[in-house]
Amino acid sequence: MTAKPELMGDPNKDTVWVEHVALIDRIPRWLAMLALAVIVIGIWDLATARMNWVSPIILPSPGETLDDLIFVGKNLVTGGYMLDALWTTTRTVFWAFLIAASVGFSLGVLVGETKFGERAVMPYLVAIDTMPKVAFAPLFIAWLGFDIASKVALAAFIATFPIIVSTAAGFYAASENERMLFKAMGASRWQTLIRLKLPTGLPYIFTGLKIASVGVMAGAITGEFLGGGKGFGALIRESASMLDTPRVFSLILYLSLLGLALFFLVAWVQRRLVFWNKADRPGGVG
Amino acid sequence: MTMAEPRPLTASPAAPTRPVYEIARLSKTYARNMLTALTDVNLTLHKGEFVSVVGSSGCGKSTLLKIMAGLMPPTTGRVVLEGKPVTGPRADIGMMFQQATLLPWKTTVENIVLPIEIREGRAAAKAAHPRALELLKLVGLGDFANVYPGELSGGMAQRASICRMLIANPAVLLLDEPFSALDELTRDFMNMELQRICAEQQSTAFLVTHSLAEAVILSDRILVMKPRPGRIVEEIVIDLPRPRTLEMINTPRFGQIVAHIRDLLGKEAFQ
Repeated sequence: MTAKPELMGDPNKDTVWVEHVALIDRIPRWLAMLALAVIVIGIWDLATARMNWVSPIILPSPGETLDDLIFVGKNLVTGGYMLDALWTTTRTVFWAFLIAASVGFSLGVLVGETKFGERAVMPYLVAIDTMPKVAFAPLFIAWLGFDIASKVALAAFIATFPIIVSTAAGFYAASENERMLFKAMGASRWQTLIRLKLPTGLPYIFTGLKIASVGVMAGAITGEFLGGGKGFGALIRESASMLDTPRVFSLILYLSLLGLALFFLVAWVQRRLVFWNKADRPGGVG
Repeated sequence: MTMAEPRPLTASPAAPTRPVYEIARLSKTYARNMLTALTDVNLTLHKGEFVSVVGSSGCGKSTLLKIMAGLMPPTTGRVVLEGKPVTGPRADIGMMFQQATLLPWKTTVENIVLPIEIREGRAAAKAAHPRALELLKLVGLGDFANVYPGELSGGMAQRASICRMLIANPAVLLLDEPFSALDELTRDFMNMELQRICAEQQSTAFLVTHSLAEAVILSDRILVMKPRPGRIVEEIVIDLPRPRTLEMINTPRFGQIVAHIRDLLGKEAFQ
């Protein structure tokens, strides 16, 4: 028999030890989120309603905000004037997103797929992109009037660029191997575009659409701030000018629901369409 | 063939069969930097033959393969497959790359009929499904036809890409380091599979590889290339009996051949 190496202590005893996890990392998610909300609202309540450190005109108390949230909610549900305003903003956002997506995608394909687009169009796009796009708002109002069109234009203008960039990046994303495969199969440029570059680029394009869905909201509200009209942005501006801060807060909260809805709509379509895009797929591409 | 061959290669071991792929006086110079990638390459692939090219990186073997695949034009020389000059990608050229390169949004069987889909359209691709399933059985992936590539292992994905290469019954198989991204055990196994498949299909195959062992175990002939400028310096006939087995790696004859090639390459590589 060969000699066994000496083990310290009882040879029949397992080596037991437990990795130490700090208490703060052991809090379950729901509790952590709840606790954080309670803490933040508690401090907010303390600073406003309880101690009066902050004037209610600057920061309303949580109670006041809640009351106003319920008031605005009722108005929306019962089809009051705020619902009309929300509907106006929703239409603005919808059209702006549609225009941004189609123009952005088309220009993205031009830039990503053709040498002409890359060499001639891209520099101009970069130049325009570096400009503060909100500064164009007066121009859009002068060209398109105070109606919804000028807001759509501004929102679409802001949201187009991330879609261009991400589409172009998506069309570059196909690997050298995949391009060579398609070339070896005798695929035409159009076939390579539709069967390879477009599907490969979809995750990138959707990233651009998500950024655009945020940008389009900002653009629409900015347009309504500057150009008046009947949207939620105009309501917010009016409330702010009347120092009705709780109303501003609750309008912003309801507005964020619109933004969230758009964002999750895009994310949902992406999950349905780009079903293959999982973290690791050893047999697949890149 | 009525081809002028100023520097004929030594004949194949057995009685040579019909020539499939013929290359004569081939050279490739990149105009951009005046680099001579290939000079005076002459080679003939016969029906059912397995020929490998080995050489250090930069010896022009990838360039040679790309020219043979019709992915790149030669500067001078003749490149003729089945009697017709190669002037671009062709349906009768099957290719396999280092990466399986399966499209993740298509199932395995859809990936395999992709070359048909590209060349002849969706209807023809659909009609090729039975043949694709046959090929999948040939490589032992019969149960994975409707699975997405994300669920295949690296070796399985490469087997699927073998099927894709074979789907159009190509006259020649061009293999660009097909298994070099796999782990060694899988790689050995895949090499044996490749031998079996090539034998069953009576394929004419041309393999570019870094691995001397892989080249020796698979090939009837090995072409040794050297860089600056890229050229074939020696042709070695592998006289190991067929079918080859992994155990042959341990035979003295195998060792001799590998040592000989290593000696040829080593002189250049470390200068």
